[in-house]
Amino acid sequence: MTPTVALLATTASTSSRLVRLSPVDLAIVVFYFVLVLAIGFYLKRRSSTGEDFFMAGREMTAWIAGLSFMSANLGALELMGWSAAAYEYGILATHAYWIAAIPAMLFLGVFMMPFYYISKTHSVPGYLRLRFNEPTRALSAISFAFMTVLMSGINMYAMALLLNIVVGWQMSFSIWVSAITVAIYVALGGLRSAIFNEVLQFVLIWAGAFLIPILGLVEAGGWQQLKAHIIQNASIQYVHLWRYLGSFNNPMGVNWLGVVLGQGFVISFAYWTTDFLEVQRIMAAKDLRAAKMAPIIAAGFKMFVPFIVILPGLLGLVVLPHLTGASLAQGGAASYNAVLPLMLVRYCGPGLLGLGVTALIAGFMSGMAGNVSAFATVWTYDIYGALIKKNATDKHYVDMGRWCTILGVLISIGTAYFVMQFLSIMDYVQALFSIFIAPLFGTVILGMLWKRTTGKGAFWGLLIGTVAAAGMFGWERQDPSAVRYLALSIHARPLAADIYRALWSWIICVVVTVAISLFTQPRPVQELNGLVYGVTDIPKEEGASIFQRPAFWATVVGIVFVILNIIFW
Amino acid sequence: MEAENAISIWFFVGLALLVNGALILAAGIYELFQPPTHQVVLSRLHASVWWGAILLGVGLFYFFRFHPRRARSRRD
Repeated sequence: MTPTVALLATTASTSSRLVRLSPVDLAIVVFYFVLVLAIGFYLKRRSSTGEDFFMAGREMTAWIAGLSFMSANLGALELMGWSAAAYEYGILATHAYWIAAIPAMLFLGVFMMPFYYISKTHSVPGYLRLRFNEPTRALSAISFAFMTVLMSGINMYAMALLLNIVVGWQMSFSIWVSAITVAIYVALGGLRSAIFNEVLQFVLIWAGAFLIPILGLVEAGGWQQLKAHIIQNASIQYVHLWRYLGSFNNPMGVNWLGVVLGQGFVISFAYWTTDFLEVQRIMAAKDLRAAKMAPIIAAGFKMFVPFIVILPGLLGLVVLPHLTGASLAQGGAASYNAVLPLMLVRYCGPGLLGLGVTALIAGFMSGMAGNVSAFATVWTYDIYGALIKKNATDKHYVDMGRWCTILGVLISIGTAYFVMQFLSIMDYVQALFSIFIAPLFGTVILGMLWKRTTGKGAFWGLLIGTVAAAGMFGWERQDPSAVRYLALSIHARPLAADIYRALWSWIICVVVTVAISLFTQPRPVQELNGLVYGVTDIPKEEGASIFQRPAFWATVVGIVFVILNIIFW
Repeated sequence: MEAENAISIWFFVGLALLVNGALILAAGIYELFQPPTHQVVLSRLHASVWWGAILLGVGLFYFFRFHPRRARSRRD
């Protein structure tokens, strides 16, 4: 979901820095670390059972689950990456927050959460076992665990590189301090601690980043002046969301079909509805109504994230007009990949700068904690408990969860150092998503919506979709001109290639799953209650007022989403 | 999150905003009297002062509204 490839390094890191933190800035950063650790220690006594440790006791309100759901995605890679994308692609980058998020989040809340919630599964792979079979669960669990620790390590490396460039901290210092902090608070308090801290991090991210667009708009002379300057400095295509998507000739090199089907459907639905890192937060909701409302609340906030992410990138086009596309380590303060910290340093003096740096650290740590807590659950329940040691005691699994939280962090640290040595691995980051998550969405959605889907169909569809996506990626690496076939245009930019690769891998997964399912024996319908649409008794919301109904709020959010797209058409 | 004797997440949020707001406001007031040699763009707007005050105000509200002692007395 993040354009990290351009963000990160292809050469050794630099030792120069943009700014020196004052004592008050350092006090704010140190206080943040103390507070998150204190929360972890406080919550330790409330994480003694598996249900507590892995599912936060399933007692979260809709607001807390919703904010945590959003925060797990609002990592600093996301903030930095999409600010840079706004500088590179203009307002087109907003699609990542609107069409590539809102419909999927609403769909998750209204249609999919009942199945995840009613089945009382611990994870998305766990749902696949209930719906299909053990091999499908094992395949999705292993690929998810692999992807998760890799992403966590890359996240960590990115944070260390950023802090090295912005405030001059040694990379090893940043990696170890942040990793140990996350390991302590997640290992102590489990998912509840991760969620608590994600809500705190969400607030700090907004508090730290909110001033940048406000002050930027003041300097630019308001929105209309900003648009006029962007048109003058770049092109009119940079200020329209849809008007120039009729062809591939636009800053992103993708047409409306790629945006709607690739970004808006496959990538978005795959990430928001089947990536367990996200779904786990909603599964911790206290009841079905809270579980349905949480992603809808998150969608409401998500619509306004472009204000703190995309707008700084657009403002950078005007107030910092000569930044280059060099990687962060190569370009440092001259690269638009650093546009967000550059804007932070431009407007924020002592105190505010500390809060801004804390917001970036909080973003990285929320993303890392999300990865680690999801990894701990999938490893413990879907790999260790399913394949290595079945029928152990609940306490044994909690202990395993704590240890593999620490193990996951250590592997992430190893990955961060590995990335530092073999920087070309960064080229694979975005591809991981299209390879592992896009086909998984095909498997899950067919399982939920089509009772005829069989276990064999699901397994082979998932496997062949995953292998096909990896094959397409390898083909593009060997022969860059392959994008003319895979992304339908020789002008396709890397983001467009990712979008189309995800779309093809999803289609392949769905076609293979359907074809094999038609020739194999389905499970009896009575075994599918609680797992498949049409054969599940979903609790009615009788007696609830219209303002208590998730469908009503989903409609409100949907209308605002449409209006925003029309305003910025 | 409303389990018996549990401290609300909003208390921690209030504490974070309160401390950060106080530090930022103090830094902003100090800058009013001792302007730094290297000023940021739009420093004349004194963002540290009003943003610090807003964070402090919101933090105070959440800190006291969700303070464990107050929550306990409500339960009793």
